[in-house]
Amino acid sequence: METLEQIKSRLDAALPLTELEILPNECPAGERSLRLDADSAFAVAKFLRDDAQLKLDYCSNVTGIDWPEAKIKTKVKKMMLVEGVEKEVEETLETLRSGHLEVVYHLYSMALKHGPVVLRLRTENRTEKIHLPSLTPLWRGAEFQEREVYDLYGVIFDGHPDLRRILMWDEFVGFPMRRDYVAPDDYEYEPTPHDEVLVEAKKHYPPTEVKA
Amino acid sequence: MIEEGLKSELQKQGVYVTTLEDLYNWGRANSVWPLTFGLACCAIEMIAASMARYDLARFGAEVFRPSPRQADLMIVAGTVTKKMAPLVVRLYNQMPEPKYVIAMGACAISGGPFKQGYSVLKGIDRYLPVDVMIPGCPPRPEALIHAIMTLQEKILNQRLTGPDRPRHLNADVPGEYPVPVYGKHDLEPSKNPEVWHPPAIPR
Repeated sequence: METLEQIKSRLDAALPLTELEILPNECPAGERSLRLDADSAFAVAKFLRDDAQLKLDYCSNVTGIDWPEAKIKTKVKKMMLVEGVEKEVEETLETLRSGHLEVVYHLYSMALKHGPVVLRLRTENRTEKIHLPSLTPLWRGAEFQEREVYDLYGVIFDGHPDLRRILMWDEFVGFPMRRDYVAPDDYEYEPTPHDEVLVEAKKHYPPTEVKA
Repeated sequence: MIEEGLKSELQKQGVYVTTLEDLYNWGRANSVWPLTFGLACCAIEMIAASMARYDLARFGAEVFRPSPRQADLMIVAGTVTKKMAPLVVRLYNQMPEPKYVIAMGACAISGGPFKQGYSVLKGIDRYLPVDVMIPGCPPRPEALIHAIMTLQEKILNQRLTGPDRPRHLNADVPGEYPVPVYGKHDLEPSKNPEVWHPPAIPR
């Protein structure tokens, strides 16, 4: 299979208005991914599916990630003059990462027996701009998995044929896999509480008697 | 009521004497028909228990009924999610009296490894009167057989008259349990206080 750079350069040539970015991956597997922008994601995905060299006809997995707002610390090494001597000094830089939701697609080719190509789509924020194009019209197998991402993360897929909750019940409010989801307080009986459960369980303990 | 000593003495002479209560309970205890109904991996052990190697038929409990109307025993085998719990309670309500519940495995007892999850019920005993609980994850088929034997013992020792008589002979006790409805985050009510209340743990 082509490398991700080759795919990106061919995509840039075929669809000049798209904004693509190759995201690095620091884990040992080093599986890099291609970030698409929401407006052209459908066209890019259609290209990847129909292209004769790629034929990515199988969407094996769709999953969601919640990235809340966070301060990211990065260490940068700098040459500085310390007491007249030039020394290497480490500086920590703090950058504010805006919160967003991310959807990851893993594509394979059954016809050409290669893959995966990993696609990532990001919403603008976590509150109201949470719309992304659905890729279910291209890969029918993505239907239930996009419903699951909607159910647990709250990403709204435009163009999905049947966007309903799939795992939680219809009356459920909120998106339980988001980092800031607060589960109902039903810790009234915890035989062996520990860590966060202990904190929650203590709220249900009977008030301790104050001895005179 | 006949004395045990006289009973065995008569038996030696070839006279078999019993009470209607013993006969009635003997018949019930040896034909406990479970409901065909599995929720998770514990169901695989339940299936194994009913097959030839463990042979649940020896205890008269091999007739898994596909309808709650014909079942005597509900084996809650597996994780009960909050989405599934109302359906489990409704199935229990549809079973005719006398009916019994075995909670099989850690999940059915307390939620097990998923206890702190947002989607899992912390034990079916919050809604149903559980007769026998089997710990394990999943319990082996022998444990299920042990649970059925425990249940048989319980049935054999039931007195059919008096204040302690079983529920199906007491018209004042309701056989149906309220079915919880889906709420915004949890089931409503999140437990049936007539069946379950948080045990007080001395600390």
